[in-house]
Amino acid sequence: MVYKIDAEHDRQYIGEFRERPIGAHSPGLQRVLNIIRNDPSGYQIVLICRKPFAEWVLGTMPPNRLDGPIVIEDEPVFLSREEAEWEVFRRRWRKYTGEDINTPFRD
Amino acid sequence: MLKIVGYPDRYSVAAGEKIAFKISLEEGTHFDARLVRVIHGDCNPEGPGLKFRHIKSEADGRYKGKPQRIDAGSYMSVEGFPALAAGAFTFFAMIWPTVPKRAGQTLIAQWDAKTESGFRIELTDGGQLAVTLADASGPTGELRSGRAMLERQWYAIAVSIDPAAGMVTLDQRPVQPYSRITDRAHASARLAVAPDLVEQPLLMAGCPERDGTIGRHFDGKIDGPLILSGVHSPDRQDGYRRPVIDPSLLQHIIARWDFSRDIRTTRILDVGPSQYHGRIVHLPARGMKGWNWTGEEHSWTRKPEEYGAIHFHSDDVYDAGWETSVEFSIPADLKSGAYALHVKSGESDRKATREEYIAFFVRPPRERKARTNRPEILVLASTASYIAYANHGEHITARGAERQMARLLQFGHTDLYMYDHPELGGSLYDCHADGSGVCYSSRLRPNLNFSPQYHSWLGGHGSGLYQYNADTHLYDWLDHQGVDYDLITDEDLHTDGYELLRDYRVVVTGTHPEYHSTPMWDAMKAWIDRGGRLMYMGGNGWYWRIAYHDELPGVIEVRRAEDGIRTWAAEPGEYYHSFTGEYGGLWRRIGRAPNVICGVGFIAQGFDVSSYYRRAPDANNPRAKFIFKDVPDEIIGNFGLIGGGAAGIELDCIATNLGSFPNMLRLASSEDHNSMMMLANEEFTIVPPNLGGDQNERVRADLAFGETPAGGAIFATSSIAWCGSLSHNGYDNNVSRICWNVLQRFADPEPFKAAF
Repeated sequence: MVYKIDAEHDRQYIGEFRERPIGAHSPGLQRVLNIIRNDPSGYQIVLICRKPFAEWVLGTMPPNRLDGPIVIEDEPVFLSREEAEWEVFRRRWRKYTGEDINTPFRD
Repeated sequence: MLKIVGYPDRYSVAAGEKIAFKISLEEGTHFDARLVRVIHGDCNPEGPGLKFRHIKSEADGRYKGKPQRIDAGSYMSVEGFPALAAGAFTFFAMIWPTVPKRAGQTLIAQWDAKTESGFRIELTDGGQLAVTLADASGPTGELRSGRAMLERQWYAIAVSIDPAAGMVTLDQRPVQPYSRITDRAHASARLAVAPDLVEQPLLMAGCPERDGTIGRHFDGKIDGPLILSGVHSPDRQDGYRRPVIDPSLLQHIIARWDFSRDIRTTRILDVGPSQYHGRIVHLPARGMKGWNWTGEEHSWTRKPEEYGAIHFHSDDVYDAGWETSVEFSIPADLKSGAYALHVKSGESDRKATREEYIAFFVRPPRERKARTNRPEILVLASTASYIAYANHGEHITARGAERQMARLLQFGHTDLYMYDHPELGGSLYDCHADGSGVCYSSRLRPNLNFSPQYHSWLGGHGSGLYQYNADTHLYDWLDHQGVDYDLITDEDLHTDGYELLRDYRVVVTGTHPEYHSTPMWDAMKAWIDRGGRLMYMGGNGWYWRIAYHDELPGVIEVRRAEDGIRTWAAEPGEYYHSFTGEYGGLWRRIGRAPNVICGVGFIAQGFDVSSYYRRAPDANNPRAKFIFKDVPDEIIGNFGLIGGGAAGIELDCIATNLGSFPNMLRLASSEDHNSMMMLANEEFTIVPPNLGGDQNERVRADLAFGETPAGGAIFATSSIAWCGSLSHNGYDNNVSRICWNVLQRFADPEPFKAAF
């Protein structure tokens, strides 16, 4: 049985991810990420780079490219990849646990 | 979105020769072009930034442009075929549909697109065998079998058309029937339409469309198609499938195409009396096992009669066939190296990129006698690998890529263009629309990730470069150091062999020289064995065996055979190249592991962040003294544009059991990799619980050096990320210094002493 995200138990990894969205993670955080990064619906959140190394927004790719275009969001605009990772993590956390994470990427 | 794309007609050109570029504009009517030397294609603000040097040439100027499109999809064409509907005929074939649910898939047609008349035998409506007859006056008639065929199952199909009587008969019979599956079908009807006699080529797996393209492609295999005069019972097909055909049956044959003949070519042989030979377009897969494959032989060369299938794909592409937009002669005094045609159709903004650098290389003269006073150093540009990765689209098609990359998948304007244009064709990592692996890849089409400025979704955090653009880190360093060098491509090496290498003392590779043909491998080995000095500046080199086509330029083949990190796996029995008949797959599987060439071999991969090397005891060996001149550091490469370190993406290590020279020195090894840097799967037989670098001591890159008996030497960095560290701190760092020390010594004619 695949591990089920448990807000009570996995909340401890939120801070770790916020601190370092890209790079080495603890086994517990890696397990959370491996699970939430998979969307069985086939829809895929992607990072749209509008200005190299300067500006990104999010997009959603359908399961098959013949199903339609990537839907690109106008906002929010991210000034780093890490900031975008944090936003996507927050959305997925909400999807899996129903809880909001209200902390911004950086204080 | 990218608004201008294109490709050159060759990747390698000598000074004085012509090169042509095919450009497509998504908007506007004109574009500007200029020739540039490519120095550094990485715009990461943490690095030296983009560097291109304009070269004045005939290319400079403003050109007319227009949209150009690719008519993808493979098919077979028989020109000069008589109008078949002049009399009654029967079509027999064995087919293996792979996307039976898609409508309108032509098996065979003789169709006039302008008048929309003729006949089509096809798969439609969920996988039913069907016939469409049409005459130019408008009416059409159609008969369907009434039952759908299953995906990836063999069927004997029989279709008889008697225009005079208006009778059509269809029959589909599974080779393997299943309980409770009703896919056997027979239908017969009188259709009130007599097909026109159309003087058009006979096509299989495609049908002419009104817009001049070939459409209605079939996805799947066809084996042993034949056309008989007259109406014949479906049961008769078995008689034509026997090794020796009853003479009484032979007299009915109009055409009988044997796909097991001339497999290495694009020719299709009609073994019937009239010799209506055909040709295949856009390279459908050959050397494919047929309906009668027994498994007794796995090579089509040894039992061709069991390899009579061709696998057609609706998205096969060999040659985009675009019109030439710019053509010019390379200046006679142009130095060998990396170049690009910079094309620009306007200013770029957040929504669109209106420029492209279309890469190519200038090689030394073709004639050896013209190669006088050349540099000692030769760079080998990994064009086979660039073609293998052409339009690598797993970020679009493969779910799970984000998990593998351990971060969000980045789409730049180029990726958005790739998303919208599947007709560009995939890389050797992609799958066709029907799920089968792409085993051929050509350079005669836009290769979007073979371009400066392209930032790859799998290129490591930071610059995110992979393959060609990552190699510009090396070009930049060579330029900064003032190194005089020549450059050849993989294709040059394949064609010219050892003779092209023999006059150079040092060969420097790019970051990921992964794909090699047998002539390339043999030439490199011969050169090393004769005293060559190889600087292997990357990771996971000499991994996959490929084949080039005998007749078609610029296309390679891979068979993802039984081992290695593969994004798809070849079907059992389909491990042999159709281009050469050689056994494909990993070089390691035929006893030529990478270690035999470069002293190290692939061990692990991970695509997020990189790590550093720690000096090993062999660094203090007197034989390695020259390498560590002015490098007292314990830690090497704890910086860099690719993942923040010199050891990353794909790593190699010394393994004498696989062919690493027993005298290799392990100068340094990387450490502190995270859990996403995982052991390569050919490295274990039982899946271990500790695949990641945080738990597996075998996950490491070995910086390595060893002399060869002929006075040459090998230096291996063993990491794709290595070159991303060269420019750190204004090029003053221990990675750069080590490379400089090695390059200087390797260029010195003094032979290395054999260590044994």
